[in-house]
Amino acid sequence: MSALANKLMITEPDIQTPANTSDQRSQNAGLKVIVQTIREVAEGIREFTLVSADGSALPAFSGGSHIVVSMPSGTRIYRNAYSLLSPPQQRDHYRIAVRLQENSRGGSRFMHQEVKVGMALEVAWPLNLFALSRLARKQVLVAGGIGITPFMSQVQELLRQAQASQSAVLQTAGSKITPPDFELHYAYRSQDHAAYVPELQALLGDRLKCYDQSQGVTLDIRQLLAEQPLGTHVYTCGPEGMVQALLQSADELGWPPAHVHHEEFLAPPVGSPFTIKLASSQQEVQVGADQSMLEALEQAGVDAPYLCRGGACGRCELEVLSTDGTLEHHDHYLSAEEKRAGRKIMPCVSRARCDVIELNF
Amino acid sequence: MNKLDHIQAETAAFHHAPFNEETFRGDYSFHNSAKGIKRFPYPFEQDHYMYSVNIEPHQPGKPGAITEHAFDIDEHYVAECEDKRMTLEQDAGRYAALPHMMDAQWDFLELTMESLARDYPQYFSLLKDGERWTWHNSVLGISDSFIFGDASTLPMEPFEYMGRQTQGDFVLLDQREGTLFADAGFITSQADWSLAFDIGMSWHEWHGPVPQVDKMGIMDRALKFLMSLQQGKPVRRLNWTMTVNPRLDTSPEHYPEWGPDRLTVTAENAGQKAHLRVELQAMFRLPRSNAILFSIRCYLLSLEDMATQPKWIKRFHRVIRDLHPDLLEYKGIKVYHEPLLQWLAPHDDGAVLSEGAQLD
Ligand code: FES
Repeated sequence: MSALANKLMITEPDIQTPANTSDQRSQNAGLKVIVQTIREVAEGIREFTLVSADGSALPAFSGGSHIVVSMPSGTRIYRNAYSLLSPPQQRDHYRIAVRLQENSRGGSRFMHQEVKVGMALEVAWPLNLFALSRLARKQVLVAGGIGITPFMSQVQELLRQAQASQSAVLQTAGSKITPPDFELHYAYRSQDHAAYVPELQALLGDRLKCYDQSQGVTLDIRQLLAEQPLGTHVYTCGPEGMVQALLQSADELGWPPAHVHHEEFLAPPVGSPFTIKLASSQQEVQVGADQSMLEALEQAGVDAPYLCRGGACGRCELEVLSTDGTLEHHDHYLSAEEKRAGRKIMPCVSRARCDVIELNF
Repeated sequence: MNKLDHIQAETAAFHHAPFNEETFRGDYSFHNSAKGIKRFPYPFEQDHYMYSVNIEPHQPGKPGAITEHAFDIDEHYVAECEDKRMTLEQDAGRYAALPHMMDAQWDFLELTMESLARDYPQYFSLLKDGERWTWHNSVLGISDSFIFGDASTLPMEPFEYMGRQTQGDFVLLDQREGTLFADAGFITSQADWSLAFDIGMSWHEWHGPVPQVDKMGIMDRALKFLMSLQQGKPVRRLNWTMTVNPRLDTSPEHYPEWGPDRLTVTAENAGQKAHLRVELQAMFRLPRSNAILFSIRCYLLSLEDMATQPKWIKRFHRVIRDLHPDLLEYKGIKVYHEPLLQWLAPHDDGAVLSEGAQLD
């Protein structure tokens, strides 16, 4: 690996990672990584192992974290968020899995078709918008298909916590630390579509329950939630329909909202082209049909804020001054009321059906 | 105080000339060197003070600046660590951590040890052999080998261990239910930001109303911002107040010990007694726990020392003279506002001062 890294360092002098990546203040610098291995883990799902370009340790992270990968393709840079699959305390590599999306705007296609072993990529520092609650009595994780990815690191964290509290119980006899109980429910279309089942089985034993729809085994979400003890937290990631069903069941069963967690990463939907006008510079930026507003701003050299790029974190929020059309909100961040009011927009996933939209930026 | 500890602290100070021999209580022998004065984080950019959240990236400042390193170790290091030790001895409750914060404790230990060893190799070293770490603090004469992640291998909990060896106060915030909870704290030098601080408090409980701050959700916005704080991108802000006598521990519990000092300020002694107290507050997202570290590093400057920098003292006079009565009250200045102004006024010739806090 180091020979390879050295070679890349020489041919691309731009690649410069701080000697110690755990220096919290290396700021803005993304992490330079190299693709070490690529493998197919299920139909249409490819796994990438990334190591740091200069061989230093990558930042540790918490279960459920993701990274944003920058993909330079021609004149464009795609940036997609992918959950980290590797154990959080493992600092010598990161693993991510990417499903090839039909009608991909480029991100997943780029990862599948253009990324090769040995290639250098830039990724952002890990960020967690799907963290485990540390006060839960019991944790129930519910994954559908590719939605298994954020749980890969979460189960590692839960296992580690269980072990740590077990040894703590042994050491301080009488102290009341009980290992958090957890289980993972994993539903998928068929064996071929199911990534990581053997790996998870080995790790979790009977904490793992699989639901293979092709075999007629389905997950009854309502039933699952109904039988949980008080103080349980539930986490879900998967197809929109499954997530919605879970949220609805939890609501109907009277679960406290703070105990129900979901992660839905949105890919920016396509639409029709329009123009952004920036109030401060009077600059005009064209947004292509298959481009997000954020991508268009970035391509025009505008330094717009962002974090998750999936409509979840709120960092990209911009103020709408005027538009001759209507806003198409796709984010999970703004309240229904804010969306109706039309004064704010999340340019990472939302767009407008208009000729011109003026932003206070 | 344990006599042996005292001798050890003194010996350490003696062997490491860059550290002052001084106290933050009793005879208050705290003092700044000329260098210490120059690097003081003077907070006033204009002649008039306006509250703002003023958060900026905690990026490395110029060599020698208090922001050069993530955690600033200065000439007061030995005395401050000793003061922490005494405060904890009197009141062990100044350190508290809820059980679910253990991951955050280790994150804190890692961040401080790695930062100090990297930034001050002449004082600190950290050796890692897998999970077996060896920490050496040559200033305080501490050396320990332990297993990272196994609290039973350290003489005390990891947060307390490094909290005692790093200048400043520290709070670890757990992020859940759409807000932040202060679920662990090492607080031995609190000022007005934490007058009502209790472990387990949520963001809004903790940040009670600040007078003259428009309620239009400043705290909400700050919370939103912090909730999306990223690892690798710490932020900081400055906060200020005043303290009579160079005292770190201005906690409500010990109010009887320091509160009445405010009545002793006169137009003659204000220069020595009254101190501008500036806090460098920094916030870091921690890796394993996803918690936020809130560090509060306190800097003290007597008005006499401030007067060595004409721009600073002139501006300070104007700020204090025109401060809103509610803020005077909030910052505890009201009772000695008059003698304070009497001392300050002769230092201010009314000259126009340049924008910004930098020295001309
Ligand atoms: S970047 Fe997170 S909501 Fe847009």
